[in-house]
Amino acid sequence: MAHPGTSRPTGMTRFLENERLLACLLLAPTVVLLGLFIAYPFVMGVWLSLSNTSVGNVGEFVGLKNFIKAWNDSIFQTAFYNTFYYTFWATIFKLVLGMWLALLLNRHFRGKRIVRAAMLLPFIVPTVLSTFAWRWMFDPTFSVLNWLLYQGGFITTKLPFLSDGVYGMWCAIVVNTWRGMPFFAITLLAGLQTISTDLQEAASLDGANGWQRFWHVTWPLLKPVTLVVVVFSVIQTFSDFQLIYVLTGGGPANATHLLATYAYQIGVATGLLGEGAAISLFMLPVLFIVVWLQLRYLRRLEGA
Amino acid sequence: MTPERDPSRRRAGVSRRRFLAGSAAAGVAAAAGLEGILAARRAPAYAQSTRLNILRWVDFIPACDVELKRQAGDAGKALGAEVVFEFINGNDLQPRITAAMQAQTGPDIIMMLHNWPHLYQSGLVDVTDLADWQGKDQGGYYGQSEAASRVGRQWMALPHGIVGLQMAYRKSWFNEIGATTFPKTLEELRQVGTKLKKKGHPIGQTLAHTFGDAPAWSYPLLWAFGGAETDKAGKTALDSKETVESVKFMQAFWKDACDEGGLAWDDTNNNRAFLAGEISCTLNGASIYIAAKRGQEKIKDERGEPMVRDIEHGPIPAGPKGSVAYHVAFSHAVMKYGKNQKLARDFLKWLHGKEQFSKWFQVAEGFSVGSTKFWEQHPLWDTIDPPMKIYRQAAASARMFGYAGPPSAKATEVYSKYIIVDMYAKAVQGMKAEDAVKWAAGELKKIYG
Repeated sequence: MAHPGTSRPTGMTRFLENERLLACLLLAPTVVLLGLFIAYPFVMGVWLSLSNTSVGNVGEFVGLKNFIKAWNDSIFQTAFYNTFYYTFWATIFKLVLGMWLALLLNRHFRGKRIVRAAMLLPFIVPTVLSTFAWRWMFDPTFSVLNWLLYQGGFITTKLPFLSDGVYGMWCAIVVNTWRGMPFFAITLLAGLQTISTDLQEAASLDGANGWQRFWHVTWPLLKPVTLVVVVFSVIQTFSDFQLIYVLTGGGPANATHLLATYAYQIGVATGLLGEGAAISLFMLPVLFIVVWLQLRYLRRLEGA
Repeated sequence: MTPERDPSRRRAGVSRRRFLAGSAAAGVAAAAGLEGILAARRAPAYAQSTRLNILRWVDFIPACDVELKRQAGDAGKALGAEVVFEFINGNDLQPRITAAMQAQTGPDIIMMLHNWPHLYQSGLVDVTDLADWQGKDQGGYYGQSEAASRVGRQWMALPHGIVGLQMAYRKSWFNEIGATTFPKTLEELRQVGTKLKKKGHPIGQTLAHTFGDAPAWSYPLLWAFGGAETDKAGKTALDSKETVESVKFMQAFWKDACDEGGLAWDDTNNNRAFLAGEISCTLNGASIYIAAKRGQEKIKDERGEPMVRDIEHGPIPAGPKGSVAYHVAFSHAVMKYGKNQKLARDFLKWLHGKEQFSKWFQVAEGFSVGSTKFWEQHPLWDTIDPPMKIYRQAAASARMFGYAGPPSAKATEVYSKYIIVDMYAKAVQGMKAEDAVKWAAGELKKIYG
């Protein structure tokens, strides 16, 4: 608003003072970016999943045929199960180990800063690069882990790290945990540092031991941060692609495929774009429900 | 005459400018294609900034890619355009093709393996005229090359060569257990392999999702027992007692004779395992032998002798219905979205011509052979090491995916989904042979109908 005695507002000033117009102006770049890079690919993905589009051939609308076909496909069923299994165990391990690491790093010790920085390395190194290193360590012929176990007298024959479906899946879970744990640790550490030390001291004076202090003081205060981290992690792990693609390629015999890698195999490598899009869209409702439940719980916590 | 020897080509840059300014040679070159260009001894009317991108696999013989890059420089001078090769992992070629075709932009020419031109035909330029020229010029195609690139009456890619696949084995280890010649039947191979595995020298075979070695073993194994993907009409024919027998053989062979880590091997693992002395025998191109020869100062056997002296090759042994091989045919496809299609065609005619191909063929040392019978007569075969001579005519007898039906896009889809490979992989992991065949037959039915 113009002050008394000042000159009359120019056109531009009037325009900027119109909150509705200004809001539109400021939001426009974000809307365009979201529309271009999120909404358009998403709508295209939905359309592809409802069509029989294959590489080089414009498809026709086929309704839910691709979804039904995928649901009855035994490899899809394996990939669907694997995705839950992988997400569940990797998230559990990341949470438990990440929490443990955060509690350790929250203490004072010499070289704390170096340790904190070093801890972030798995998270900083590009996934493809670190997974390649793990793949060499799990190599069916030249595995250094097998060599160490053999030299140490723990095994007499090689362990089939990547050539057995169950071993392969657990190798993937281990690598995912190794990679994702620092994210949990650093976020939870930030949460821990917001908890007043007075509360801990008060609990100590009341005679609470370490576990009781954690369970009755630290954990309730850390719960909102933990839930946010878990939500992010579930989203990332459920839609993981790079790690499995590099480590096992979905093998042996499709035993370690996740929805993302199988969608890629069908849609991009085989060229059945409609079917591939349908497989990847199976992730959407599952993720939606998981995120909705967790956010709802979070809101309830905040309300309380 | 090669471009280096031709003094007029050394002035290609100047000639091109004159040409672009409207010299008479331009009309000749533009009208008569490559012959016109060569006759005019001047670069054609491609703008100086014109760039031709070619996408290929990373060759198992690294010197082949070096030679292609060198030839790209010569081609650039001859054609008056920048010719650029990009080499990527063979397993990544199909995703790149899909991405390029959907985006309608990407390399002008893409290397096609196997019978991929059938799957990607809608995005490829018909090169029948070039294929006819090459076939007539070079003595007629092998059936494998024709089946891979010819879709109906049209050639959708220009055959470039074939990677012959044979079984590389260690002579001394085979001799030690009394096998002085390579086994003639699969059952003999299993028995020999059993003895070798007990001595710590298993046979190595991948059953993973690899673009070459796994299908090149699995399909011939199916055929050797009389099994077939489809009948002659193209209907699913996999669920048969012959297929079950082949799967049962594989289960026993795997357990008794093979390195069971092969379920996670890619196309390079068996090379490394063989050269490290971890396995005694594997189905492969000639790259193991060639690598052992070129690196004989470092690659030694347990006696300290160059390993190459202990390597021999043999064909896949026969099953009850004989031995039919599968070799990896490869070709070059001109992409329909490309803006330089004429240049791409001219380049292919240049690259596939006898003069250029001969240079590349010699660098390959038998790993890749020609797509036509002409190359069986090349002087290379007179001087090549005896273990390599088996590759000379290897490409003459082979089948294509989809057998006994015609090669088709559906057969490519079956290959791309690794259904035949997975049938064996599931069985060696414990699934009953009958169930593995039923699963695979069910998957094939979804594709072939």
